[in-house]
Amino acid sequence: MKEIVVISGKGGTGKTSVTASLALLAGRDAVVADCDVDAADLHLLLAPDPDVEHPFAGGTLAVVDTQACSGCGACEQACRFEAIVVENGVAVVDDVDCEGCGYCARVCPEDAIVDERQTVGYWQNTSCRTGGAMVHARLGIGADNSGKLVAKVKAVAREEARARNTALVLVDGAPGVGCPVVSSLSGADLVLLVTEPSVAGLHDLQRVYQLVASFKLPAACILNKADLHEGLRDQVLEFLTAEGIPLLAELPYTTAVPAALAAGKTMLEWDISLAARLRAAWQGVAEQLQQSGRTP
Amino acid sequence: MRIAVASGKGGTGKTTVSTCLAALLAPEHPVALVDLDVEEPNTQLFMDGELLHREVVHKHVPMWRADQCAHCGQCQQVCNFGAVLSLPDEVMVFAELCHGCYACSELCPHGALPMEPQPMGVLRHAVDGELALIESRLEVGQEQAVPLIKHTLDYVDARVPAETITILDAPPGTSCPVIAATRHADLVVLVTEPTPFGLHDLSLAVETMRLLGREMLVVVNRHGLGDDAVEEYCRREGLLVAARIPHSREVAHHYAQGHLPLAVPEFREALGALAEVLAGRSS
Repeated sequence: MKEIVVISGKGGTGKTSVTASLALLAGRDAVVADCDVDAADLHLLLAPDPDVEHPFAGGTLAVVDTQACSGCGACEQACRFEAIVVENGVAVVDDVDCEGCGYCARVCPEDAIVDERQTVGYWQNTSCRTGGAMVHARLGIGADNSGKLVAKVKAVAREEARARNTALVLVDGAPGVGCPVVSSLSGADLVLLVTEPSVAGLHDLQRVYQLVASFKLPAACILNKADLHEGLRDQVLEFLTAEGIPLLAELPYTTAVPAALAAGKTMLEWDISLAARLRAAWQGVAEQLQQSGRTP
Repeated sequence: MRIAVASGKGGTGKTTVSTCLAALLAPEHPVALVDLDVEEPNTQLFMDGELLHREVVHKHVPMWRADQCAHCGQCQQVCNFGAVLSLPDEVMVFAELCHGCYACSELCPHGALPMEPQPMGVLRHAVDGELALIESRLEVGQEQAVPLIKHTLDYVDARVPAETITILDAPPGTSCPVIAATRHADLVVLVTEPTPFGLHDLSLAVETMRLLGREMLVVVNRHGLGDDAVEEYCRREGLLVAARIPHSREVAHHYAQGHLPLAVPEFREALGALAEVLAGRSS
């Protein structure tokens, strides 16, 4: 089993639209995992069957037993996040600021604080219209720990791929360079970078590639909206050449993409010329996986 | 007045809106543009000024002192984040997992885990006339954006006068970094696009802002593409659509090369109207 992780650094480069198209090309050969749990959108294109939502317990939250609290303020002293204060003789927790470190509970002389585990999100493992399985999740509103939920989604997807004897896991990653991205990259056999020819696209690609390179992961690129700006396209290509990152496809800047999206379709299904380029890219992915020679 | 520009979905035009608002408001008002998308900060690709201040921002993490340690294992027990591992003859600290709560350090009976500063990013403060440009940039490899966002907001509290119109360019998504960036804003401008992705992520962002009790305005970017579902959603939820920015390849082209697309008349008109609404609110 091999794992392909699609990321972009910058949001809005077409990462999810590309992932959905590749998922359809892979069909039953891939288990799809939506690891952009903060703003998961892949289900809008791949129409997973409804399934039970499994709760996911992430971090903890301080909960005060107001009867037992003496209002001594030891908790307030200990908290580095200004999340617990004594008001009218009783400790009060701000749930949004509470980091879930549990320090307050440990220093409370009355044992009046419980460090309570919270459900931070829900995940589902179900069939989708690719013919294969899809694992996706939604993070609770305002919840912390998206990195842990990402790790859970990936673990479930790998398990499902083993159970189905599926060759691939295809992961839609998160934007940025922080914990959800780091978490989506772990164990990748190939990182697929979806970018666009803009100063912001290039800047964010360079930052996220720094992260990919630090984990020594093989990468390849799809340049979306390639004809948006010739000069920036050249700069992106220069960067790819300098880093030895193969370019698998260039996709044009076209209103066919939002039009397809509005119809709940992928660009693969909407436009013949886009479809041809995506097929070539998918062929390129297969070749890269062979060359990378990493065994599961 | 603090105005956060947020989006749920990435790439909807959040940075375009915040930079252009700053440029439109700055001639007549004191304005600060603060880039809180610390994982991928982009505002200073579009606007720059004379550097006023630059600092390396540190977070505090425990450093193990072998000579003080009695190997009691207390540190591992009190860490909720799995950042401290107490082995038979060594304590390992995983700084990237550390939330800086100080529990292991202060509860260590032997003082063997003093907190020491570790660089997590860089804050830059530049000025262009009356416009302050503040950006924080997370070091690649650091996983937690929230401490850097909080530090940047503390810096803004200390250095930016209260009467300034402060525009906060928030990170995408709905989780902890967005909450840190928006939770004390007087007004949140949610930038979206008229597609199913835009709608879905807008609805998540709206729920998040309601949880935080923030007042909201919606900006529909790339208006004319996609469908009407975003507009219908806003009507249903009683959300004011304060601007509709027409879809334009010319705007995208300006943006691609790092120019503010204010020379495009229909773009300038839409953003100008939004700037007036915001200036009205702040006075």
